[in-house]
Amino acid sequence: MQELKSKLSELLPSVIYEEGTEWLTVVADPAAWKGFARQLRFTPDLDFDFLFCVTGVDWKTHLSIVYHLTSTTQRHTIVVKSKLDRNNPEIETVSDIWRTAEFHEREAYDLFGIKFTHHPDLRRLFMTEEWKGWPLRKDYEDPVNMIKL
Amino acid sequence: MLKILNTNHSQLTTHMFEEVATTTEGDLVINVGPQHPSTHGVLHLLITLSGETIKNVEPHLGYIHRSIEKMCESLSYRQFIYVTSRMDYLSSHINNHGCALCVEKGLQIEITPRARVIRVLMDELTRLASHQLWWGAMAMDVGALTPFFHAFREREAINDIMEETCGARLTMNYIVPGGVMFDLHPNFQNRVKEFIRFFKTKIDEYDDLVTGNIIFQSRMKRVGYLSKEDAISYGCTGPTARASGVSCDIRKLYPYEVYGNLKFDEIIETGGDCFSRYLVRMQEMRQSLSIIEQLIDNIPDGEFQTKTKAVLKLPKGEFYSRVETARGEFGVYIISEGGTTPYRIKFRSPGFSNLSALNHMAKGHKIGDLVAIMGTLDLVIPDIDR
Repeated sequence: MQELKSKLSELLPSVIYEEGTEWLTVVADPAAWKGFARQLRFTPDLDFDFLFCVTGVDWKTHLSIVYHLTSTTQRHTIVVKSKLDRNNPEIETVSDIWRTAEFHEREAYDLFGIKFTHHPDLRRLFMTEEWKGWPLRKDYEDPVNMIKL
Repeated sequence: MLKILNTNHSQLTTHMFEEVATTTEGDLVINVGPQHPSTHGVLHLLITLSGETIKNVEPHLGYIHRSIEKMCESLSYRQFIYVTSRMDYLSSHINNHGCALCVEKGLQIEITPRARVIRVLMDELTRLASHQLWWGAMAMDVGALTPFFHAFREREAINDIMEETCGARLTMNYIVPGGVMFDLHPNFQNRVKEFIRFFKTKIDEYDDLVTGNIIFQSRMKRVGYLSKEDAISYGCTGPTARASGVSCDIRKLYPYEVYGNLKFDEIIETGGDCFSRYLVRMQEMRQSLSIIEQLIDNIPDGEFQTKTKAVLKLPKGEFYSRVETARGEFGVYIISEGGTTPYRIKFRSPGFSNLSALNHMAKGHKIGDLVAIMGTLDLVIPDIDR
């Protein structure tokens, strides 16, 4: 983890780290995310080629999106978080860098309403097209299909 | 052809019409599923065909979406385990295991050596049962009906063993935070040994019956090719990725419980086609048998559960644990605010990512091959829809 941190600090001195986590956690600005993602993927020393988890989180005041990345060659893992505006959550897609992101981003759009700009096919994934609301947001209420206990 | 698609059926939503508009004249768009025997569940595929050749496969998900992640937000750390058995129901032990590991990571508790071994034994028996079912269904998909009955006969033996110890045959809920729910049934060791003897002869029979079969091989070889780079990019894990030469076995890379002390091989094939994926699973069954053999006589004595508080409270923070299910990497990501329920929980299911590679693999093949490709992906739909 320290090794990765020093590699990353050399390359991108302005990165903000989050402390006390299992894996190296980085906070990225949504506007800078796409460029950062490219660097993570294509810098030979970093080579994060495997995106294994994309998670949306509703923090009530804002939304955030968490990317879990690992490298199959270097065997290191990084977590990238990005803070999004709750009323208009928008972030650039990374589906052209990691193909798996296409499905994962559709899921995050479907359940949280996060818009991924330039996504090739941003539609509802689990819900029907005409579904109203974003089910995994904390203020979502559905009196018909009860999912809260 | 287009006439069929213009019917005003309530299920056809607006985007389907748009898709039809982008296909060229003479293309045929057909639905496979949601109720089709070869999809093994309620998976709905919208396939664009040019003649018999596949141009595009688009999965439509959500037919059994139950919003398990939202449900878990109102369930305590003891309760949410039960819901996870219902995701990948063929790997229910391993799903429970992943969740229990994540909660234990948060609570920073160590479990007893006995519980560790029991967990691994159960995981491997589940993996065997899952691969057996896959093998039978796979052969059935490509037209051989008999293997299905062979597979179910052997799987029944595992289910009986499970039933004795866990009280359930499918949704086990046996592995819980702190250890396992009950101690092993007194018959467990003998019955497992008996099963190993029995299954060792059967697995050779599996090979004789299907693996060497020339018709089967010609259906599988050079079909559904997935390169190593694509497998990584699509986030594939498990046998699907290992057949393309990606080393991704969590049991080897990030050993949990007693996997670090066991002798077993990570099966890697480099063919990337359906037959390679078939071979990986067949060899994994033998590896699982070897793991069970190593452990069955060496179950340590002691407690099967560590004492934990009645109400579990995870400290504020984030916890991620990963385990290897029969289908690939299963991840549990818990964000806790310090309460008795998770603030947010995310399940990274292997089937979801593996399915996203389906379109890439099926393009350019004949429609008959799609069934073989889907079979080797070993999809379990509740695992994808959650």
